[in-house]
Amino acid sequence: MTEIRWHSRAGQGAVTGAKSLGDIVATTGKEVQAFALYGSAKRGAALRAYNRIDDKPIINHAKFMRPDYVLVIDPALAYTDDITLNDKESTKYIVTTHLSKEELIAGIPALQGKEDRVYVVDCVQISLDEIGRSIPNAPMLGAFVKISGMFELDYFLENMKRVLKKFPQKIIDGNMRAITRAYNEVK
Amino acid sequence: MPKEKFELNEREVWDGNYAASQAMRQAQVDVMAAYPITPSTPIVENYGSYVANGYVDGEFVMVESEHAAMSACVGASAAGGRVATATSSQGFALMVEVLYQASGMRLPIVLNVVNRALASPLNVRGDHSDMYLGRDSGWIQLDAYNAQEAYDLALCAFRIGENHSVRLPVMVHQDGFVTSHTAQNVYPLSDEEAYNFVGDFKPVDDMLDFSRPVTYGAQTEEDWHFEHKAKQHKALMDSRKVIDEVFAEFKKLSGREYKRVESYMMEDAEVAIVALGTTVETARVAAMELREKEGIKAGVVSPRVFRPFPFDLIRDALENVKAVGVMDRSSPGGAMGALFNEVSAALYTTPNRPLVSNYIYGLGGRDCSVEDLKEVFRDQKANADAGHITTPIQQFSGLRGPKLGFFETKRS
Repeated sequence: MTEIRWHSRAGQGAVTGAKSLGDIVATTGKEVQAFALYGSAKRGAALRAYNRIDDKPIINHAKFMRPDYVLVIDPALAYTDDITLNDKESTKYIVTTHLSKEELIAGIPALQGKEDRVYVVDCVQISLDEIGRSIPNAPMLGAFVKISGMFELDYFLENMKRVLKKFPQKIIDGNMRAITRAYNEVK
Repeated sequence: MPKEKFELNEREVWDGNYAASQAMRQAQVDVMAAYPITPSTPIVENYGSYVANGYVDGEFVMVESEHAAMSACVGASAAGGRVATATSSQGFALMVEVLYQASGMRLPIVLNVVNRALASPLNVRGDHSDMYLGRDSGWIQLDAYNAQEAYDLALCAFRIGENHSVRLPVMVHQDGFVTSHTAQNVYPLSDEEAYNFVGDFKPVDDMLDFSRPVTYGAQTEEDWHFEHKAKQHKALMDSRKVIDEVFAEFKKLSGREYKRVESYMMEDAEVAIVALGTTVETARVAAMELREKEGIKAGVVSPRVFRPFPFDLIRDALENVKAVGVMDRSSPGGAMGALFNEVSAALYTTPNRPLVSNYIYGLGGRDCSVEDLKEVFRDQKANADAGHITTPIQQFSGLRGPKLGFFETKRS
């Protein structure tokens, strides 16, 4: 079982990101679960979204999890939300930030000592450049594909095109570029 | 027939609401009268879009309240159409008066209930307060533990309720958010398979048959009311056979097996949990892990059909265990939990009379983790070893603050 927790603000697309990831993972024959925990359901409010991925049907319906991956798609939430909650010694963190990894960790005591499992990527800037709006979910998926090694990038891009098929071609192309850039830039 | 063909994959990633709405589309519901409410809104919203886009040849009736929604469903069903809707919580509460009318008039309406807490305090998340509120309403109540089951059971609901020897309305329950808003792998039937399974709607005493006028909702006082209600209760009890047949046929079609009572690892179980909804599956994880890591012979028993209550099957499933924890996800309002009472009554008629204790949990969407359920199992193991209930008979699981419990076992 692989468990993923997304930290986001309502409107940044974590729920869509979690569901898209679930959708794509399912095409590989795995079983998936994607859900979210909303606070006050307002744009900008902090929320958490979750994925479970396994080879057999997922029957644990609890919200509680000890995540294998924590994906932070809002830069400020890395500081204000409890992103290391219920973590494990192997939990990997991918954080959206314009800072270097060292600068980020220096400001977040909870990440200190976990340097080898923290990865940074500027999903906000990438989505602004490539999609024209700050929707950091798609680039975060690119970074996750790289760090988890769960898919080949090309396989993921092909399937993401299917998930996005109702959008105009311009948006699809922007998402493809954003995912690819984040895949290459995460470090 | 619908103008448009809906594209479906063999494997979809759907949440419970979407799954239920697809079943409504595939059953080609003629009339849906609805007043949307969280968390069931997408079921009726999606059906509305299927009508608007030509995927269903049906009518979406907008109304001013849930009372009106169920009233319009009663009218449409009596007129002779296949009818369904969805609701939750306060909406369900507002429907209650008309729920009794629907079952008393023997109208096979399908109601998707996305379980949610009842106010006050206002809360949109899942518990079983609304489901329990419907338990004496004369409806058949099927309980889904995940999105796949919300889809499967919705299809079965039409077949069961519309059977001419049943002719009763059917609720299909799923847990608010935990099922309704959680996407998971769902394996739908093709439109042809699903529709052929449900079959054409064959009305009985339809009011639009002007050659044979009939009355619905007549008044009966002490002369006939009792006989009508007894007959209605008998129809509900007798529906058990039809439910079994429909489940057997669904298994042939889909490979997915449903039973009126589901048992997990009960062959040699010493202790058991009885629960409803998603908690059933989470409890199965807890049982499996306890068997592997702590050597506790744990099992899980769960009503798939809450009404008619499977009194005999519950008894058969549990009579050989030593201790049972019954989980009620509804505020008991000054009594023991309803499921506890019903399970206890069934077990009182066994020679062994296992120890039964009650857990109130998960109100207003409070999380119920694998560890919480392991604790319930461990309590049962302690009870089994001691030969008596070692805790208060009613406890609260997952409650913050000081422990709350009521009643002790009488011991000489």
